[in-house]
Amino acid sequence: MSDRIIQKLEILADAAKYDVSCSSSGSKRENKNKGLGDAKGMGICHTYTEDGRCVSLLKILLTNYCIYDCAYCVTRRSNDVQRAAFTVEEVVDLTINFYRRNYIEGLFLSSGIFKDPDYTMERLVRVAKKLRTEHNFNGYIHLKSIPGASDELMQEAGLYADRLSVNIELPSEQSLKQLAPEKNTADIEKPMAAISQAIRQNRNEIQVFKKAPLFVPAGQSTQMIVGASPESDWQVMQKADQLYKSFGLKRVYYSAYVPVMEDNRLPALSSAPPVLRENRLYQTDWLLRFYGFSLEEILNQQHPDLSTEMDPKLTWALRNLHLFPVDINTADYEMILRIPGLGVKSAKKIVAARRFGKITLEHLQKFGVMLNRAKYFLNCPGQRYQLGELSESDIKRRILAQAEGRSGSRQLNLFG
Amino acid sequence: MTHFVYDGSFEGLLTAIFEVYERKADIVRIIPASQYQPDAFSEKIEIYPDETKANRVWKGLQKKLSVDGLTNVFSCYLSELPDREELILEFCRLVFASDDKVEENYGSPIVLRVAQIGRQLFREKHRFEAFVRFGQLQDGTFYATIDPDFNVIPLIISHFVTRYADQAWIIYDIRRKYGIYYDKTEVQEVRFDFSPLAQPGNASPETYDSREDLYQLLWQAYFKSVNIPARRNMKLHRKHVPIRYWKYLIEKQPGKPYRS
Ligand code: SF4
Repeated sequence: MSDRIIQKLEILADAAKYDVSCSSSGSKRENKNKGLGDAKGMGICHTYTEDGRCVSLLKILLTNYCIYDCAYCVTRRSNDVQRAAFTVEEVVDLTINFYRRNYIEGLFLSSGIFKDPDYTMERLVRVAKKLRTEHNFNGYIHLKSIPGASDELMQEAGLYADRLSVNIELPSEQSLKQLAPEKNTADIEKPMAAISQAIRQNRNEIQVFKKAPLFVPAGQSTQMIVGASPESDWQVMQKADQLYKSFGLKRVYYSAYVPVMEDNRLPALSSAPPVLRENRLYQTDWLLRFYGFSLEEILNQQHPDLSTEMDPKLTWALRNLHLFPVDINTADYEMILRIPGLGVKSAKKIVAARRFGKITLEHLQKFGVMLNRAKYFLNCPGQRYQLGELSESDIKRRILAQAEGRSGSRQLNLFG
Repeated sequence: MTHFVYDGSFEGLLTAIFEVYERKADIVRIIPASQYQPDAFSEKIEIYPDETKANRVWKGLQKKLSVDGLTNVFSCYLSELPDREELILEFCRLVFASDDKVEENYGSPIVLRVAQIGRQLFREKHRFEAFVRFGQLQDGTFYATIDPDFNVIPLIISHFVTRYADQAWIIYDIRRKYGIYYDKTEVQEVRFDFSPLAQPGNASPETYDSREDLYQLLWQAYFKSVNIPARRNMKLHRKHVPIRYWKYLIEKQPGKPYRS
């Protein structure tokens, strides 16, 4: 009996791992009546995979039987893999017992489409309902909604889940037709719109009645696979930008396509997943959401793809040298934030501390600013570089030379 | 030089600061009794923790510091750094002498250092909230040992109490030889002197619930299965999970069930 459940877990975790989302933050669900768990506040990564991804949730499929045949997916009908299915009780038991041991923040449950969309979605909802109502479980639950499931089931899912996601899968309708012939953009965006509508309504209700039940308190997210289809970075980010704007998404995830089988519509099995590209897209996403950049500033007709050499913030700064150097003792917070090598924390520190006296280069060093990069773009006492003396290509060459010397290989930090 | 010798407790430290002000002592050192060495040129004043005096100092700080600022002061104490008393006293002097939000004056080395230690302890707290692994004992209690660089238990109690409100649990600091026990109602400090649980690796399989091994095997299997070998990047992995924490992590000891 225990061997069987271990084997099921292996199969159904393996099949779920390509969905990169693992966030467990941003919910407002608190521990209720001395029950189990608490999902408010920032999520916790309880461990990291050997490729450095956060493991925060028990991320599994309910089953990897699927009636669809999406080319990029290991679970596709025509792929010859071992199949398995959990019962509702098994998923509940695993979630509770992993949670009690502090292995996880909660559950991320998704599924292959078994029989039909409603049949599958109904089971996902049942797991969440049982956890909430029978076990007073207040940990985090992320349900992936099954495309084509009824509105009623989606609504019910929203009552138990902290987050719902509908994956957009690919950046364009055309690619979707090519690679996932049974899906279409309208079927995917319709439930997104419905969820976003219901979330907005719920937030209004909560304003009026404090006790109104939570509906998807951590919002909705989606995932896009990059590198399986020919879109440029600009197209990918335009799609993301549109999704953020029209559906108020909390997150768009970008997943570097990992070749799982030979198919002439897809990159060869031997090709490496484009992880650097994925990283650059996340950096861009970050700049749009937290650094006040607009998409057109970073990607546009002349620059449809992100540089592999440099992160997008540095690329942008080099294209806009006329805006630098920034005097950190007088410039606005917004402009300080745009200096390469300097993040939100340092920018806030600078703005707070300069009320007490001039900020010098030495202070910046102590604040943890990456001076080998930032020094070309700012002005402050102690500064030795005069920006006018160096050209764009000089600065680029110097920064890249230093980065190479330091690590030998490029690191995939958010702003390395 | 005047030496204020206190008992090593936070209340004692705040009392000592009160006395420093009360006596208008200028050139002072605050020293925990365990580290005190008499020296012929200094006057020694012994400090006994006094709730009222400690509270007056704390209330004074509360008026001038944000919640984060206060936590940073407490964190400096928990850091157990050799100069923590001096640092906290200097910081208090800055705070009490100024009307502005001095805790944001990162240009001052003392303010910056207090903020940085606060950050360090926050990171440690966050890591232990993540890396504590409970095993279920036969009587149902969930048990975990930790061996943190800083005295992190006081910072993580409330997190575990809210989260695991319906189960009994113990988190034991094997380096400092004390732990906390939550019995589903309240938290108590516990010290085991002779219990097998006080020594890592000493608990026998029978100490644990019969299903404990299964969940550990399941977790190890899960960890292995979520890995994507084509993306392997051990450097990044070690950055997020520094090697010194691996000893707590069941998933990092595949094949062997773990005994606290
Ligand atoms: S419907 Fe989902 S599980 Fe099924 S093949 Fe397509 S992506 Fe994979």
